[in-house]
Amino acid sequence: MSTRDLAGVMLALVLGGCAGAGATSAALEGPNLGREATPAQVAGWDISIGPDGVGLPPGKGTPAAGALVYEQKCQACHGARGAGQPNDRLVGGQGTLASKAPVRTIGSYWPYATTVFDYVRRAMPYIQPQSLSDDEVYALTAYLLNLNGIIGEGDEMNARTLPKVKMPNQVNFIVVYPPRAR
Amino acid sequence: MNGKGDTVDRSKRRFIKRSVGLLASGLAAGGVRSAAAEPPEIPPSMKVPGAGMGEYGSPAKYESKVTRTLIRSQPGTTGSGASRSPLESLEGMITPSGLHFERHHSGVPDIDPAQHRLLVHGMVKRPLIFSVDALLRYPMISRIHFLECAGNSQLLYQPTPPTVTAGQTHGLVSCSEWTGVPLRLVLEEAGVDRSAGWILAEGADAAAMSRSIPMAKAMDDAILALFQNGERLRPENGYPVRLFLPGWEGNMSVKWLRRLKVVPAPIMTKDETSRYTDLQADGKSLMFTYPMEVKSVITRPSHGMSVPGPGLHQISGLAWSGNGAIRKVDVSTDGGRTWLEAPLVAPVLPRALTRFRLPWRWDGAAAVLKSRATDDTGAVQPERERFIAEHGNNAIFHFSGIQAWSVAANGEVKHVYA
Repeated sequence: MSTRDLAGVMLALVLGGCAGAGATSAALEGPNLGREATPAQVAGWDISIGPDGVGLPPGKGTPAAGALVYEQKCQACHGARGAGQPNDRLVGGQGTLASKAPVRTIGSYWPYATTVFDYVRRAMPYIQPQSLSDDEVYALTAYLLNLNGIIGEGDEMNARTLPKVKMPNQVNFIVVYPPRAR
Repeated sequence: MNGKGDTVDRSKRRFIKRSVGLLASGLAAGGVRSAAAEPPEIPPSMKVPGAGMGEYGSPAKYESKVTRTLIRSQPGTTGSGASRSPLESLEGMITPSGLHFERHHSGVPDIDPAQHRLLVHGMVKRPLIFSVDALLRYPMISRIHFLECAGNSQLLYQPTPPTVTAGQTHGLVSCSEWTGVPLRLVLEEAGVDRSAGWILAEGADAAAMSRSIPMAKAMDDAILALFQNGERLRPENGYPVRLFLPGWEGNMSVKWLRRLKVVPAPIMTKDETSRYTDLQADGKSLMFTYPMEVKSVITRPSHGMSVPGPGLHQISGLAWSGNGAIRKVDVSTDGGRTWLEAPLVAPVLPRALTRFRLPWRWDGAAAVLKSRATDDTGAVQPERERFIAEHGNNAIFHFSGIQAWSVAANGEVKHVYA
């Protein structure tokens, strides 16, 4: 590297430093070392699902199918039919949120049904995350929504139906970002 | 120091007089102590050569009780829970890396930096993959900032005062020097669509912990942190690379960062919907309460300690705000009837722990100690009672009320609601 290159970088730094006292990086320049990712690579990494259903994979499941998966892979931690113990309760609690002992479950608290799919697929079962098939995750999601009285016993969950499920507590969330002026 | 009914100004004047008097009497008292109890003139350490050098240092063996505290995990798990910094045993503004609090959602992953990759994709011109070696070649910045779990101090939502130490109530906050690459550099390299609004950040842990980050924060002061207090990140703090969002709830500073997806709207992950939302008394919940509010706590003396008799003592504590720098800390020894401004210890940095210290001459009568922080936006830490009246007892997250310690006539210090 020539001294002239160094001086050029330094000059940009100094000028930028004067301009933006609060900014962390206005004048910094990166060496452009990112390697372009292929669509296949991105597809393999991208597991997040928005509340509009973007990202939901093909597949389907019913509450009845979900009950079988639940008993084998979830019940030991979350109790029979989502009743909780030793870990989080998943069912019930509607009407308790304004009480002295609120019970926060999928049914009483969670604002979006897509979150159930996203979370179960990425993090459950606790000891074996990302081991369930997409059909199993759809089925578990259907089972838990049905236990909470949000969908019917015969309702199939898939990429089209799941984002349409309205969670009862969604209306009770108040988004406070960005903040209003004081 | 503050008698009943004193105004702040009167008590300040009295305090200064007493402090001056104290220094003189303190010197005199030093000579009164019995020499019989002191060690011999030549200690053993001066009669044999000491130990050799070591590759990586450890605390003195006599300090082995200073550890992270109240380590709790979800039933049946070892790594889904939290450990807290022992604030009552620490001084200054920096938390040693080994005592930095932890909050994990599925344990601490073992990640080989040579294998780790960061993917930037979504609403960008070119999706990019970065190796850790590549990130280490980028221009870096260093900033001293606190990191606070949104659930810090949640025990104070309880209707009765928890009988635990300052670290056990408030130790889900720590402060480090963080060094890394400004996040905006890699976003700009990928050709980020700034109109996108949000970025999903995801960790490489077994929970694939993920949060949606506002674009404005990502382009402002967000850091891809690689170093903590001069050394590479500890595994429990996100090795080899973590997101760091100054002043915002710790959960958003995603550890073991593997993926950033630029998106038009929040993803509504589990940890921004079912958790890290703040249930109010009326059953409504506040969502996206990102900055940690102005707060302070007296760390010494604090619950579980004993003030060893009347005389001169040092009150020491910490204050911080996710919205800026600490402007002042007021301290009361009479439960909040009168207040005295405590000197702040330099440097006083935005979104960093700020140490305050104040000499206190204790007369031996029962006292109640409180600290009240004000930040440079003018926000003032509220009394607990007012905070609970406003938010209820159920929010779990973002407790920022005033903490009170009672000092009994026998010197015993306890947590009280006062």
